[in-house]
Amino acid sequence: MKEKRQIGRGVCVVGAGMSRFGMFPDKDSKDLFIEAYNEMIASVDKGAGPEDIDALYLGNFSNDYFVHQAHWAPIIADAIGHTPKPATRTECACASSALAFKEGVFAIASGFYDVVLVGGMEEMSKCKTEEVTEGLAAAAFPSELAAGFTFPGVFGAISSVYFTKYGCRKEDLFNVTIKSHNNAALNHKAQIPFTIRDIMKQKVERARQKGTPIPTWKDEKEFLKDPKANPMVAYPMSLYDCCPISDGASCMLLVSEKMARQFTDDPLYVIGIGQGSGAGLQGSESLTSFEASRQAASEAYKMSGLKPNDIQFCEVHDCFSMAEIIDIEDMGFFKPGEGYKAVNEGVTRRDGSMPINTSGGLKCKGHPVGATGIAQLHEVWEQLRGKAGERQIPHKDLHFGAAQNIGGTGGTATVTILERR
Amino acid sequence: MPERSFSDISYNKYLDEEQLMGSRCKKCGATFTPPRAICKKCHSQELEWIQMKGKGKLAAFTCIYIGPPFMIAEGYNRENPYCTGVIELEEGPKICARIEGVDPQKPETIKIGIPLTIKFLHRGEGEILKTYLAFEPV
Repeated sequence: MKEKRQIGRGVCVVGAGMSRFGMFPDKDSKDLFIEAYNEMIASVDKGAGPEDIDALYLGNFSNDYFVHQAHWAPIIADAIGHTPKPATRTECACASSALAFKEGVFAIASGFYDVVLVGGMEEMSKCKTEEVTEGLAAAAFPSELAAGFTFPGVFGAISSVYFTKYGCRKEDLFNVTIKSHNNAALNHKAQIPFTIRDIMKQKVERARQKGTPIPTWKDEKEFLKDPKANPMVAYPMSLYDCCPISDGASCMLLVSEKMARQFTDDPLYVIGIGQGSGAGLQGSESLTSFEASRQAASEAYKMSGLKPNDIQFCEVHDCFSMAEIIDIEDMGFFKPGEGYKAVNEGVTRRDGSMPINTSGGLKCKGHPVGATGIAQLHEVWEQLRGKAGERQIPHKDLHFGAAQNIGGTGGTATVTILERR
Repeated sequence: MPERSFSDISYNKYLDEEQLMGSRCKKCGATFTPPRAICKKCHSQELEWIQMKGKGKLAAFTCIYIGPPFMIAEGYNRENPYCTGVIELEEGPKICARIEGVDPQKPETIKIGIPLTIKFLHRGEGEILKTYLAFEPV
């Protein structure tokens, strides 16, 4: 195997868009994609249009199950007036659109296309919770399913090992949740744009209106400890440890480095790409780390020539609070068993030395699974270009940002590193 | 023992017959369950069936309150959670299975590392008979 991988020619991001994330009974996948697409087009400084785009790569996990419609690449291509040009769907569970991004980069790097639209979407909220849980569980391994595992269950089991091995407690995970909510409160596109304190106030207000006993929580941690407010889903994962069920779409415009200045004077350079695969819970050596993530990170670091401590901020795959801790260790930002301590010390906060999930993460921004990979990169785009508004990372001259995306039980993982020069 | 292919279908048939079967590489001795047709360690395709003793220790667990439809059909729900986990078998491999004989309402009493022994859960009848793998404390 090659020690270091390279792409054939440079590729840049020149535009990015994202729909609002949430549960939208009156919007379908096309509506959501068009919302993201229009924002992307508007974000291209010197303008871009459908005539510029050579090909579309679209990530989608399982609209087949969620809305009983498959073969979404041509449907979306038709919706934006892209036909008869090529449109391809990529599927790798929750990493589907990170793969669309990667395939788009390769398509340009190979010299075959010059301008590629990459995106993703998922429409989940039209199913009942149990149906969504079953649909998502299809991304796990057969032996996990037979044992009755769900995804909250997978991360519950991982927590049981991590807690025993490293002395982390459930209360430590509260700090991940509180941070995610604090960040999402500054993100108007987030599905849950509220701090935990906001939510506590809302619940007190509702109790007052209904005339039911008014809850008295001293602080956020007391709220999160209250099994009525924060019921158990899969021990020790409670409701506020879990990402919501979401609808949403995201997209980016990729062009060859040579052409980038035709579109903007401020392109982002794709300097690191990595991908790995894993054998699920029972097939992995470690139950507190994903080999796919470590492989993806290693490839991306080697390609970029960067080390973990060169990355200035990162969006990681926090489908559950526990996942965020595993991810930041697999990315090499912290040693195994040290991630939760860094979270406790505030290192991963927006104003900390290693901001993680400034968007609010999957946990609060929302997780329309096929849209997530590129939605993570959308946050990297906004932060690197200084366009993140209130949630802009305050204290850094930003050049290097990364996103790490996982599909299934660590079955797939990707790491992408972008640079602003 | 009839010659069956090293597949999940064969594995499930053996479970119906109350045997936890795996495959062992004839070249390097690596052991797998469910059985693999290709050795993960040395990529040899010369493997043989091996019956696992069905003893191991608890490597990871969770207690699930919102389960998939087939668990809901068995009566599990928010008031009645079930425990599932990963067992490290004496022979080495890890396997996912349901954990019986523990109190899912008191997860703090369930400890990683406790010794476990195998149990087969037969569900359904005739054509739709399905056997689930479970373990319980020794």
